[in-house]
Amino acid sequence: MSDLTRFTAAELAEHLAAGDVSSVEATRAHLDRIAEVEPDVHAFLHVSGEAALRRAAELDRLRAAGEAPSPLAGVPVAIKDVLCTSDMPSTAGSRILEGWVPPYDATPVARLRAAGLVPLGKTNMDEFAMGSSTEYSAYGATHNPWDLTRIPGGSGGGSAAAVAAYESPVALGSDTGGSIRQPAAVTGTVGVKPTYGGVSRYGSIALASSLDQVGPVSRTVLDAALIHDVIGGHDPHDATSLTDTWPSMAEAARRGRTEGSLAGIRVGVVHELNGSGFQAGVRQRFGEALQRMAEAGAEIVEVAAPHFEYAISAYYLILPAEASSNLAKYDAIRFGLRVDPGRSTTEQVMALSREQGFGPEVKRRVILGTYALSAGYYDAYYGSAQQVRTLVQRDFTAAFEQADVLVSPSAPTTAFPLGEKVDDPLAMYLNDVTTIPANLAGVPGMSLPIGLAPEDGLPVGLQLMAPAREDARLYRVGATVEALLEAEWGAPLLSRAPKLGRPVPAPGFGTEPDGGTL
Amino acid sequence: MPDASPVITVADVQHLAGLARIALEPAEIEHLAGELNVIVDSVKKVQEVATPDVPATSHPIPLVNVLRPDVVGEVLTQEQVLSGAPDAFDGRFRVPAILGEEQ
Repeated sequence: MSDLTRFTAAELAEHLAAGDVSSVEATRAHLDRIAEVEPDVHAFLHVSGEAALRRAAELDRLRAAGEAPSPLAGVPVAIKDVLCTSDMPSTAGSRILEGWVPPYDATPVARLRAAGLVPLGKTNMDEFAMGSSTEYSAYGATHNPWDLTRIPGGSGGGSAAAVAAYESPVALGSDTGGSIRQPAAVTGTVGVKPTYGGVSRYGSIALASSLDQVGPVSRTVLDAALIHDVIGGHDPHDATSLTDTWPSMAEAARRGRTEGSLAGIRVGVVHELNGSGFQAGVRQRFGEALQRMAEAGAEIVEVAAPHFEYAISAYYLILPAEASSNLAKYDAIRFGLRVDPGRSTTEQVMALSREQGFGPEVKRRVILGTYALSAGYYDAYYGSAQQVRTLVQRDFTAAFEQADVLVSPSAPTTAFPLGEKVDDPLAMYLNDVTTIPANLAGVPGMSLPIGLAPEDGLPVGLQLMAPAREDARLYRVGATVEALLEAEWGAPLLSRAPKLGRPVPAPGFGTEPDGGTL
Repeated sequence: MPDASPVITVADVQHLAGLARIALEPAEIEHLAGELNVIVDSVKKVQEVATPDVPATSHPIPLVNVLRPDVVGEVLTQEQVLSGAPDAFDGRFRVPAILGEEQ
């Protein structure tokens, strides 16, 4: 039997349907792989071994009875720890929620379960999704499977590393300013931020409510589309969830792969994100990807988005403002950590619990947000940021009059070394320059691998963006680009990642704050 | 060039931390004041283009309020709601004293 962890979710689904692989076998193979590589990668905060095998056995029985709930029934999946799971702790990477088991499932999780996917565990992330490297996780950083001394991106570095290291074929992520797309870029995987409201956020632990969106993490465009189809669509539990009827993303991806989609399509290179000032190898691979797209019939046009340069500033006012409000719920009363030295008031207990339960980045952003919202500064900061949001939206509207999809490198650099930016918040924030505009405007974005930077041999990602509600266009175009590049490489990019689970030199460099936990 | 933005002082951070209900050590407050000044100095860039003629956007996709009939929906049981509480008694959340001795 070939290594079951190398199959994509789509391939596994075919084998499960053909009956030559069982869900128990597939699940066990991934749990074995987790045991093998987790000491190095640390993608998971919780592994649900027994429960996963029990559920897999149940799905094998259902399939044998002809009652498989969906084509993906029996396929393993990893879940970012920002999503509530009724049978696993859900901490959002924070000490303040250590050990908390929510009384309900987030809607995307409930939909995966209903479709018969098998949750393997919860993946690591920056605390409350605040970060671009997973180094702000209260439970230790995740390591990039391509180079264990480097960041896996963030906040969803755990989900990206888990699929890159073949610990799971697919995973769920959340993207507030790039937390799905940037980890995908630096780990050589695929990640999609759907249109704002396209996927329910019920049970997704809130960071910034006008920006957050849940989406798929995978190794192929088709796998992301398959997961998108399962988790997407209206949910009455989420008042911001769109009531649209969506086309099949998987159908779009399949057509994009087999028929091609680039002939006559206008691909807009965003002038402000065209790579100037970015790492040389990122610029080079981005230019080559454009060349391939042009050869396949795309018309490459340059579009201007003059206000994108203000997007990052607007984001780092809007996000802290909304986060300071959302995180007020951690009051040491209803759930989570309570630090009570005795003879203290509820207010003192709350302040002490938040001091101990929140890490430095969370404190920084909550206090920044409190400042931005305070009387006398509201108009100058939060108000101005919301005006910039209008300008960014107008830039997108104008750009999409000239182009069907917009493109940029997914991130300015390849994976940087763990520890490099952890004490320099502003440098960490600048890392999100490419991904933030899509969140401010609510448009969908995808990152897919386009090669390795020659200078460091690390993955580079291409970001595709489409108008709001045109998520299917991303899958159609993304699947074509993926097919073109794989034909050129002769194999998926991840086949060039170094082997894991062998004796590897210790990560070292003192970069893991508390040694990490499995 | 003179810096037009108000400088965030240690006292400001102390005040903000109080509003945000986060206890902080003096050293932490001092460190944060420095960091916040650097961040605010950078993000105030938004003011350059936020002219009065530009309307504000609070939400990326226009939405309308959502209503439903006033009937009991899918809700959590009392036991579920209390399941994660640090302290509960007799079907309710139990909290430390609301008022201090001075109040």
